[in-house]
Amino acid sequence: MTSELIHARIEQKRPSVLIGSETAYDGMLTVETTREHIHEFLKFLRDDEELQFNFLTTLCAVHYPDDPGRELAVIYHLHNWRQNLRIRVKVFLPVEDPHIPTVTTLWLTANWMERETYDFFGVIFDGHPKLTRILNVDDMDVFPLRKEYKLEDGTRTDKDDRFFGRDGHEGRSFD
Amino acid sequence: MQVQSYFSQLDSIDGELATLNLGPTHPATHGIFQNVLKMNGERIVSAEPTIGYIHRAFEKLAERRPYNQITPITDRLNYCSSPINNMGWHMTVEKLAKIDIPKRAQYMRVIVMELARIADHLICNSVIGVDTGALTGFTYMFQERERIYEMYEELCGTRLTTNVGRIGGLERDFSPTFHKKLKTFLKTFPAKFEEFNQLLERNRIFMDRTIGAGPIDAERAMSYGFTGPNLRAAGIDYDVRVMQPYSSYEDFDFIIPVGTQGDTYDRFMVRQEEIRQSLRIINQAYSNMPAGDYHADVPDYYLPPKDDVYTKMEALIYHFKIVMGEVPIPKGEVYHAVEGGNGELGFYLISDGGRQPYRLHFRRPCFIYYQAYPEMVKGSMLSDAILTMSSMNVIAGELDA
Repeated sequence: MTSELIHARIEQKRPSVLIGSETAYDGMLTVETTREHIHEFLKFLRDDEELQFNFLTTLCAVHYPDDPGRELAVIYHLHNWRQNLRIRVKVFLPVEDPHIPTVTTLWLTANWMERETYDFFGVIFDGHPKLTRILNVDDMDVFPLRKEYKLEDGTRTDKDDRFFGRDGHEGRSFD
Repeated sequence: MQVQSYFSQLDSIDGELATLNLGPTHPATHGIFQNVLKMNGERIVSAEPTIGYIHRAFEKLAERRPYNQITPITDRLNYCSSPINNMGWHMTVEKLAKIDIPKRAQYMRVIVMELARIADHLICNSVIGVDTGALTGFTYMFQERERIYEMYEELCGTRLTTNVGRIGGLERDFSPTFHKKLKTFLKTFPAKFEEFNQLLERNRIFMDRTIGAGPIDAERAMSYGFTGPNLRAAGIDYDVRVMQPYSSYEDFDFIIPVGTQGDTYDRFMVRQEEIRQSLRIINQAYSNMPAGDYHADVPDYYLPPKDDVYTKMEALIYHFKIVMGEVPIPKGEVYHAVEGGNGELGFYLISDGGRQPYRLHFRRPCFIYYQAYPEMVKGSMLSDAILTMSSMNVIAGELDA
């Protein structure tokens, strides 16, 4: 089953759930949906007799501070073990309202993955049985993997991208 | 409420449940793990794991480092099989930069990765022996692990945190000493390993202790995200080396051992058989080693020989650019997985074309399957819980990242 067939199947069975779809750089089918649909959509991917994405490989988040209203991306990698297919599902959330339904009801493994994502990005998984910090200390009051928390000296200028001919990277030096 | 109902079914000491802090540092847990156990006598009513004691913010650190400087971070994930982590990372970057590496380098990587898998499984299995009271096998198997570490030393100069290989291949070719050591190892190890088998595999005491300890069925193992030997012990033959072959694994003939019960004994036996299969792979790779170079011809990424750096302008420029992190990196997202010692070790890399990753997420098998631990030990004896933990091979470095 190819990416096109998977995409066609999704469009046929769940029209208007996808708001974006592409084949990513590494060749994996990458689709985007919304938090309103994500739980039902992942359940469909898991249970559909043709798609059978039975395994949740990873769940993580990415912070894009320069993309207003879509600052936080939650990314699911699913794997169909029978036919050896992978799919990547993305949901973008505004940083002021980082709520998304939990998928712990679909996969037990989502429990700690969601706790980790909450711990580092502050994504709130509604319905999670115990959404507390997992790797950082309990009384930490920041979400450290967000881009505003810089590592090491933020004033360092010796690696200014403007001097190295990197397009689209003005000012984003080693921060 | 669940605690209450369980409690009422069993006799308890003075009608009370005891709270037991197992860890954070406890000699029986082989690492920094804390479990707050509710105990009814010697039986576990519930367990609450706390993790993160050696969290080192690898994902954050990786956003500040050029690609070649991330390799030492990966060493410190599963430090029992660092070379697999290193190679997995190199392959991820090679996938992003679209570098094809020569067949010979791929075979060399396979040999190193399988040696690492043997070392990883040897530690796990001999420690299961120790936790059941059989120290002898452990002392002998650690001598064999030492042979493997000596080979690492020949290849990269270090033993535990190996930082072996480079983006584009390996840093150096196998040295004559490496060849000698590998040949000796392939000759002498199987006999020593069979001695270890004979101590444990059909040992009545060992079998009584491990059969039925900490079981998990295939359905739940899959839902809990198990991969690697722990999943295979539950009966599912999922192995990244076969599902998505990397580094020419498709060239080799080996089987994926599976268990049936998903208990400590099956996990032990799966790892035992995987050691034999790893030996088969190494033998095949070593005897069919193709001619060629040990690295790809990619001057943008692969450091030139040091002699050239001192004498040739071009080599000096490339050296400088690579060391300063000025290598051409395309924009894109890549997910690459390798079969680590404990399962699917995945690297999800997002590059925005900058000199460091925009985001790097590690799929760490230990972190993912350790959450099944409370369920697996519920209702069992404390001594079985210790055994279950060591047979799951939870490595603190990989757990906490």
